[in-house]
Amino acid sequence: MLYNEPSPLETKVLTRRFGMENSASIDTYLATEGYRAFEKAAGMKFEQIIEEMKISNLRGRGGAGFPTGMKWSFVPRSSPKPKYIVVNADESEPGTCKDRLLIENDPHQLIEGTLIAGLAVDAHAGYIYIRGEYRYLIEIMDKAIAEAYGRGYLGKNIRGTGFDFELYTHTGAGAYECGEESALLESLEGKRGIPRIRPPFPAVSGAFQCPTILNNVETYCAVPAIIRDGGAAFAALGIPKAGGTKLTCLTGHLNRPGVYELKLGFPVKTMIEEVGGGILGGKKLKAFIPGGSSCPVLTAAECEGLTMDYDAMAKAKTMLGSGGVVVMHEDTCMVKAALRIMRFYAHESCGWCIPCREGTNWLRKLLQRFHDGMGQRSDIALIGDLAKNMLGKTFCPLGDAAALPTISIVEKFYHEFEDHLDGKPCPYEEAGRLVTA
Amino acid sequence: MPDLVTLTINGAAIQAPAGMLVIDAAKRSGIEVPAFCYYEGLTLQAACRMCLVEVEKMPKLMTACTLTVAEGMVVRTETPQVVAARKSMLEFLLANHPLDCPVCDKGGECELQDMTFRYGAGESRFTEMKVHVDEKQWSPVVFFDNPRCILCYRCVRICNEGMGVGALGVINRGVVSEIAPNKGDHLECDECGMCIDICPVGALTSGTYRYHTRPWEMTHVGTICTHCSNGCKTTLGVRNDEIIRGNNRDRSGINGEFLCIKGRYAFDFYNHPERLLAPLVRVNGKLEEASWSKALETVAVKFKEVRARGGKFGVVGSNHTTNEENYYLQKFARKILGTGNIDHHRTGDVPALLDALSGKTGKLATAADLYQKKAVLVIGADLALEQPFLSFQLRANYRHHQAHVYAVTTAPVREDQYAAASARVALGGELDALESLRDRLRAEPELVIVFGDAIKGAGVRRLVDFGESLGIPVQYVCLLDYSNSRGAADMGMLPDSGAMAMPEMLAAEDLDVLWVVGANPLRQVPGAGSRFVVVHDLFLTETAKSADVVFPAASAYEKNGTVTNVCGEVQRLIKAVGAMGAKPDLEIMGLLAREMGVAADLGPWIPDAVFAEIRKNVRGYDVSLPVLEMGGAAQTSALNGRVPLDGRPELIRSAHDNLFTSGTLGRYSKVLNSVVENHGNR
Amino acid sequence: MTFSPELELRFAKLLTSYPPGRQRSAVIPMLLYAQDEIGSVTPELMEEVARRTGVTPLQVDEVVGYYSMLHKKPLGKYHVQICTNISCLLRGGMELWEHACRKVGVGHKDVTADGQISLEEVECIGACSWAPALQVNYDFHHQVTPEKLDRLLDSLRKIH
Repeated sequence: MLYNEPSPLETKVLTRRFGMENSASIDTYLATEGYRAFEKAAGMKFEQIIEEMKISNLRGRGGAGFPTGMKWSFVPRSSPKPKYIVVNADESEPGTCKDRLLIENDPHQLIEGTLIAGLAVDAHAGYIYIRGEYRYLIEIMDKAIAEAYGRGYLGKNIRGTGFDFELYTHTGAGAYECGEESALLESLEGKRGIPRIRPPFPAVSGAFQCPTILNNVETYCAVPAIIRDGGAAFAALGIPKAGGTKLTCLTGHLNRPGVYELKLGFPVKTMIEEVGGGILGGKKLKAFIPGGSSCPVLTAAECEGLTMDYDAMAKAKTMLGSGGVVVMHEDTCMVKAALRIMRFYAHESCGWCIPCREGTNWLRKLLQRFHDGMGQRSDIALIGDLAKNMLGKTFCPLGDAAALPTISIVEKFYHEFEDHLDGKPCPYEEAGRLVTA
Repeated sequence: MPDLVTLTINGAAIQAPAGMLVIDAAKRSGIEVPAFCYYEGLTLQAACRMCLVEVEKMPKLMTACTLTVAEGMVVRTETPQVVAARKSMLEFLLANHPLDCPVCDKGGECELQDMTFRYGAGESRFTEMKVHVDEKQWSPVVFFDNPRCILCYRCVRICNEGMGVGALGVINRGVVSEIAPNKGDHLECDECGMCIDICPVGALTSGTYRYHTRPWEMTHVGTICTHCSNGCKTTLGVRNDEIIRGNNRDRSGINGEFLCIKGRYAFDFYNHPERLLAPLVRVNGKLEEASWSKALETVAVKFKEVRARGGKFGVVGSNHTTNEENYYLQKFARKILGTGNIDHHRTGDVPALLDALSGKTGKLATAADLYQKKAVLVIGADLALEQPFLSFQLRANYRHHQAHVYAVTTAPVREDQYAAASARVALGGELDALESLRDRLRAEPELVIVFGDAIKGAGVRRLVDFGESLGIPVQYVCLLDYSNSRGAADMGMLPDSGAMAMPEMLAAEDLDVLWVVGANPLRQVPGAGSRFVVVHDLFLTETAKSADVVFPAASAYEKNGTVTNVCGEVQRLIKAVGAMGAKPDLEIMGLLAREMGVAADLGPWIPDAVFAEIRKNVRGYDVSLPVLEMGGAAQTSALNGRVPLDGRPELIRSAHDNLFTSGTLGRYSKVLNSVVENHGNR
Repeated sequence: MTFSPELELRFAKLLTSYPPGRQRSAVIPMLLYAQDEIGSVTPELMEEVARRTGVTPLQVDEVVGYYSMLHKKPLGKYHVQICTNISCLLRGGMELWEHACRKVGVGHKDVTADGQISLEEVECIGACSWAPALQVNYDFHHQVTPEKLDRLLDSLRKIH
């Protein structure tokens, strides 16, 4: 079982079974209040389920942070079309490795989440879209699904409630863009992962053009706790307008990287120092990414007094995103970081729209040339300008995801770009200081 | 009438129907919002981002091509932010786009050039290596240059949605995305070439046109395609009296953006080396070139002699010549030669249809009706192969209006892809199969019935009875083969009651004169007797080879006149090039009349004058002249002109030409032949 | 085209997992599972998948080029995918990649002459807190040091 040493500062709701023996088996699940929430939900009116979700202040845990209860309420129950529950397990945001743990360590929690979602919107089939690289998780998930069918927690007339629900896994094949909800739906239909024009939104026209709830793994995993203990209890764990806990992936230059479940509103400094064990080699913090590489990068100074929640991050002009925290210490070449980040987006751009397709690749080539020492001063301004030209003009948020970190790095670490001019070798590599600890 | 919505664009209040896109509403008010990927009639893409505009209360710029108008919406299309956005989109696009203008066919009619000139930057800041892939050839006529491609997906959509062929797709991802053909390295398709004309840049270019000329060096003449009966307008690009290309980029005809391989490429028969350039007269058993005066004199003398002794004439008219020519010919035959032995290769039973519809009005569908009416029934016809424009209209009707299309055919047809119901029948069983569809058809609000040559004679009457018994408004289209097959029937190129039809004429031992204008009846049927044969044609066909006198005739692209399409829509031919040595058939007949001293009896042999007479004398042909003169199509009324039913349905026989054949003309088209050869080689 | 009984079973299950008329959804899973068995996406495989799912070969081709894990060129029996994205970059992922290239003697998406090992520099594989990480086919290896990598590569070479 992949996991790290838990931290005493965690609030373990979704991860409460992590580390237990056979945590993935249905017997363990049932012995620890598993499927109780479903049974309770089966006796609730669907409006009550959705109301509880709204009270919980749960916001989408994939990165967008959209209020989940509100999203569920958009599905037109009266539509004659069949409705679907789709789980976004395409986890590909750099710095993010939490959904993997949830599926590996507690797959039944996810199944129960989808069941309750199905009850809420009268959906009777669900698809778990798992990224192709996570093949072993498909096997784990299939096994859990088979167990659930075997014990009557999936299939027809589940546990005598009269509710039917079929659940399937579906593999991706290597495409970051398929983490975007409408591109995921296209991929689910067997096509290229190109996002769709919206409106209509998936709630109205989603999987197979039918009303669909599409949420992240972690979002569904929070649902059993919300129904079992009530939305208010979940909301209370967080802060106003952002309830509950967030699985936070601590990565980069830390002594104790790992996945930790922290209350929303957790202070960043405490997270780095006490949960993450402080910076490798006792070095100083230089740059901080809160939620995956698609966010604007923060300087060490900007982390003062900052907390891990959606609104505080928005106020700091970045995002909580996926919760993929990347910590960079003083010996990190920010130009190299900007280059590697842009390489990612250029590689993953689906190619549909002009600004992202051309912009990410232009920037990649420019940043490569720049880091290799062949840049000119005018290139520095050009980087920011091109990134700004992509911002807000692309067909889907990937363009923004490429632009935001780039703009923040070039603005906040301008001098590092100057240090690469005039054929000067990269100061971090030249000084023999490795980027590793 | 849809509800109207009031919105403000650039400070001016405008009204637009609810559901209209902002980009269209702006266009209607004369405000251009640039776009590459938006193309009316095809699905929305929002991929090029050129149409981004400012909309009050929306945090980001919005694409005008996906935004529907709303009451009170405030849109701004020329703010500094919008202007900067357009400039940066073009800058991104030009990053990898090669600077090929000097060698690219599209220069001068390229949308990217136009947009860059209007909205772009004068200089490029891109100093990296451009992505490069070599140019490819996908078919005899289609070349693809990927670096130039801006990935607007118009070609993919027109092939998939418009044509239902789906021969183009997109492979790979990101900046190395590439348009790909269905057979990996080549195309297997209808070769219609629409992908080439819909491409806004020079990524897809024509193999027959490339490197020949610049667009501004050509004069463009919009005339009617001379091949099948659909009546598509083809705009011929002419330079120095030579046709360089054909297309329909101006979308000005009834065919809109549709044009098939024949309309687009198969004009090249006109300057085939074997084109007849001088009259031929048989001397001592051999055909020799002669002067016009000699040839005309020979014929006039013979005609006068045969007429004087009451001999027998037989006249075979054309499916391709103009209405004026067929009208003049039958007048010549009936009035001067005193014969009713007149016929042409009949490809559909139009007289039977008109007879069955006698007394009713509004019963004939136009090409536009095939796009507008809510239900269409196709009987015994493979439209995609034989009537490609009609097929396109039906498919567009389905795509845009969810029309119900029913297909009753002997073999699978492309309409099956989207038909509400398809029935396979044995040849001859079409009418019987209709009963099984009666209830579904009755439930339709209206219907157009399109039928092929399997329905003729009494079958047509039975079909019309069926249609009229449905209790809903029904219109009809009787399918025909060629560009003026309908006109031939309407102008009376059919035998008088009791007179000889074509088989009799050809077989008659005692026929004195056989006059064949623009037809090849002796291709399969040998001649008989020792008649005197006069032929007008473009080439030395089988019939011409056996003639005593051959007149070199002009093609449809070399003369003026009118033709009537399968739906009865009359359109004007506009002369595009001069014919070297050949003359229009009307002129030949006029000169012959003058030679015989009967010119005054027949009237002037000028197309306009003859058409004026047609409008007066041919019932149903009093169509609007202004419409024709503006290049439009005017439909004739469903009146049985001057034709008695001769009860010879067995003479109705479609040649069933497909996309790559076109009777005699097709044999002399290098492009069509190369495509056929290419298919054969696989 | 025939596949192993296990794969045929998988295909059969796939085709019933989606709503009626939506067999196209099976295209990507079929391609990936079949690729695992036969080594790469061949033209024959594309035609077969097209046939079984009711789409055209072109529509299958459109999908093959889009997804990074599908490849038309055969790769090694052991395909070593080393992540160099930001979290792994910060923990030596790039050095690990360069080390691998030197040791194995091939570059990005290239195969050794004996077809045993191929290398690929990949994007984030979701092991960020256990960086630097890599995958050998579908198996994860975490907190990989150059020494660990050496031992891994040596062991892969020995397996036949």
